[in-house]
Amino acid sequence: MIEKRPLIAGPFAHAGLSTPMVMAWVMIALTPATVFGLGLFGWPAIFLFVVTVGTAVAAEVACLRLAGKPLATLGDGSAVLSGWILALSLPPWAPWWIGAAGAAIAMVVGKHVFGGLGQNLFNPAMVARVALLISFPLEMTRYVAPRPIHSAVAPDVREALAVTFGIGGRADLDAVSSASLLGHAKTELARGVPLSDALAGGFDPWQLFLGNAVGSLGETSALLLLLGGALLLALRVISWHVPAALLLGVAVPAAACHALDPERFLPPLTHALAASTVFGALFIATDLVTSPVTRAGQLIYGAGCGVLIFVIRTWGGYPEGMAFAVLLMNAATPLIDRWVRPRVYGRDRKGRPLPVREAGR
Amino acid sequence: MRLFRIKGGVHPAERKDATREKAVEDAPLAARLVLPLQQHIGAPAKPLVKPGDRVLKGQPIAAPAGPVSAAIHASTSGTVESVGPQPVPHPSGLPAPAIVLIPDGRDAWCEPMLSLGPYAAPEAIAERVAEAGIVGLGGATFPSAVKLNLRARHRLDTLVMNGAECEPFLTCDDRLMREHTSELIQGVALMARALGVSRAVIAIERNKPEATAAMTGAAAAYREIAIAPVPTRYPMGSEKHLVQALTGRETPAKALTADIGVVVHNIATAFAVYEAVILGRPLVSRILTVSGGAIARPTNLRVPLGTPIRHLIDVCGGLTETPQELLSGGPMMGQPLRSTEIPTVKGMNGVLALLPSDTRRGPAHACLRCGTCVAACPCGLLPFEIAAHVRNGDFAAALEAGLMDCIGCGSCAFACPSRIPLVQSFHHAKGHVAAEARRKQRADEAKRLAQAKAEREARLAAERKAEMARKKAAADKARAEAGAE
Ligand code: SF4
Ligand code: SF4
Repeated sequence: MIEKRPLIAGPFAHAGLSTPMVMAWVMIALTPATVFGLGLFGWPAIFLFVVTVGTAVAAEVACLRLAGKPLATLGDGSAVLSGWILALSLPPWAPWWIGAAGAAIAMVVGKHVFGGLGQNLFNPAMVARVALLISFPLEMTRYVAPRPIHSAVAPDVREALAVTFGIGGRADLDAVSSASLLGHAKTELARGVPLSDALAGGFDPWQLFLGNAVGSLGETSALLLLLGGALLLALRVISWHVPAALLLGVAVPAAACHALDPERFLPPLTHALAASTVFGALFIATDLVTSPVTRAGQLIYGAGCGVLIFVIRTWGGYPEGMAFAVLLMNAATPLIDRWVRPRVYGRDRKGRPLPVREAGR
Repeated sequence: MRLFRIKGGVHPAERKDATREKAVEDAPLAARLVLPLQQHIGAPAKPLVKPGDRVLKGQPIAAPAGPVSAAIHASTSGTVESVGPQPVPHPSGLPAPAIVLIPDGRDAWCEPMLSLGPYAAPEAIAERVAEAGIVGLGGATFPSAVKLNLRARHRLDTLVMNGAECEPFLTCDDRLMREHTSELIQGVALMARALGVSRAVIAIERNKPEATAAMTGAAAAYREIAIAPVPTRYPMGSEKHLVQALTGRETPAKALTADIGVVVHNIATAFAVYEAVILGRPLVSRILTVSGGAIARPTNLRVPLGTPIRHLIDVCGGLTETPQELLSGGPMMGQPLRSTEIPTVKGMNGVLALLPSDTRRGPAHACLRCGTCVAACPCGLLPFEIAAHVRNGDFAAALEAGLMDCIGCGSCAFACPSRIPLVQSFHHAKGHVAAEARRKQRADEAKRLAQAKAEREARLAAERKAEMARKKAAADKARAEAGAE
């Protein structure tokens, strides 16, 4: 038994986790929040989700073909996941072309222009979200109040076709639209209404936590997102560094400002539970490709995302800043990775060998 | 005992249950033994026998060639069949010179060397260890006597005995510590004596409570010997990391642990030292683990050196199915064996026949820059970055990024979800860099020789010229004097 084959080196053991499994676990972790969101916003949301994920896969196939890369790469699941995450971040009753255009932007501009999986500088789904927000501000900020799929107010399939695809006449969305918590607070503050009056209508943090709130398709339920995140943390698919730093990055300045002037600044708990904070902390900012590679770098990156989210929400032109914050920190990631490096064993921080001191000191 | 933190590392599935309760058995003699002349780091030994010679067990059959080399002894009595190239465990897969011995079945010992007793002089211990052909038995195979003589050049204070056995599957050191406790402790005391240190620490991973208990009991009588249970984490057995965990001292880059006062030996080496110094026996056999999913009856064996792997597998009931990988050593840093004809050598602490479910090999995917390898690396490197430089053929950048600080432990590749062959790429780059250095050295040497030759010729020419001028002057003077007469 003599074999001839190329040199192969160890290790001949493996931790077991693979890239497709990483993607699959993230999808599994997203499933509860996704199912909840689809149920909460009914058939239009389901249509939008299918269109977005489908377009992402189609765009990935087209890009791989064009680049002459093997289609097997599709098996890593990253395209499905990008489409999925994008869909969850869209207004649930957005028209189909928002999802389709977003998914195409995510795959082409967000990923393949950079050379494919692992090469991209920016989180593809967030590139798409920001591009859509800038190009179609109306469609991207028109939210609806929850209409659970089994309830009387839920649109049936025919009405849903009208909402998403405009089939059988346009639906009048303005009639049903509703403001998200952050959007409402922002407009009221701009009108000079203090927060105690603006929020008097009863924004219940408990409802925010459960997810029975106005918001993007899959971002509403902090509870279910946290459950999914806990699964990923337990499986070590993600580490705690980015989520923890991000949440603190939002909560600490929010708490400080709220303490100074509760009439102008939302309380930290609202910041933490509202809109995409939890979703961003656990599923977006933790994107392995576009976050720093060292633990220390991840802490800086997470905290940066958090602070930027707070700053954009509070003083920026948009009620929600997660996507912008993540993109800005994505851009800073190469810099962070350049400066925050582990110290090499036996060397000082500058890379010089440690001095040889004789024993017996 | 206080322990210090080391960074990185991984927790591979231990897989030790298959053999940890299997007492060491004596492997029966094979029909033919192959003893490679190089079973150690350094120069290959010089054969002392020729085909047809009859030898006794323990008789030297090859002598060390130079200061870093090791003697080789007949591992049983019999006849030398040949001296020449044979398959050996070497990553290149190329055959190398070896002495082939046909056992006569009597297993007759030659006259043993004199026992030196427990109070032998340090020099005498080191000399005996050299005579006995002992090398690092944990797989490093560095001649042990050279390391025992380090006191000459370094101020040493601590001997660390590595009984961590952090590789999955392997339990031979565990068994040795449980079955030969008192011999081991005596061996450690001898080694501490040879080194002239007043402190010896035996590090054992926490997954071996029986061994720890036994060794602690036996060491109680020795003031200088301490047992240190260390966390079960790969690569705890890495020399520099073990020293750091035990003493808090970090070995500077490019330096030896001896530079910070510590010498590390494998625990199995202590047993060989005991046998050589107290019993007067050279190193002719070793204990190893035969395991892995494809081995019918995994166990620990005491094996005469030179025994073919095939024989060991047969002793263990053969293979249940064709293994995906046949290894010498553990799965993390072991070497693939290309043939079952390859003999057991001094540094072989395990023979593993692994199934796909053991190796969990899978297709490679694109690097995600996820940083998992960074968190796993015990040396503070960015493995994915070094690998990317190597892939681009930029070896200078790979060196700059710390290629030579990599200890090849495999933690990064073990953890990488995209299964990037990181270690393979580092091996490739290190080989390339070494070849490049050799080429440069040869070129420099040629240049130096050419320059020296040119200088010599110039000097000779100048001397000839001076000589001629002197002669001419003398002749002129003689002529002038003659003219004056
Ligand atoms: S663990 Fe693998 S995929 Fe992740 S950064 Fe390292 S090499 Fe790349
Ligand atoms: S093989 Fe080298 S780079 Fe990889 S973890 Fe070990 S020391 Fe670090």
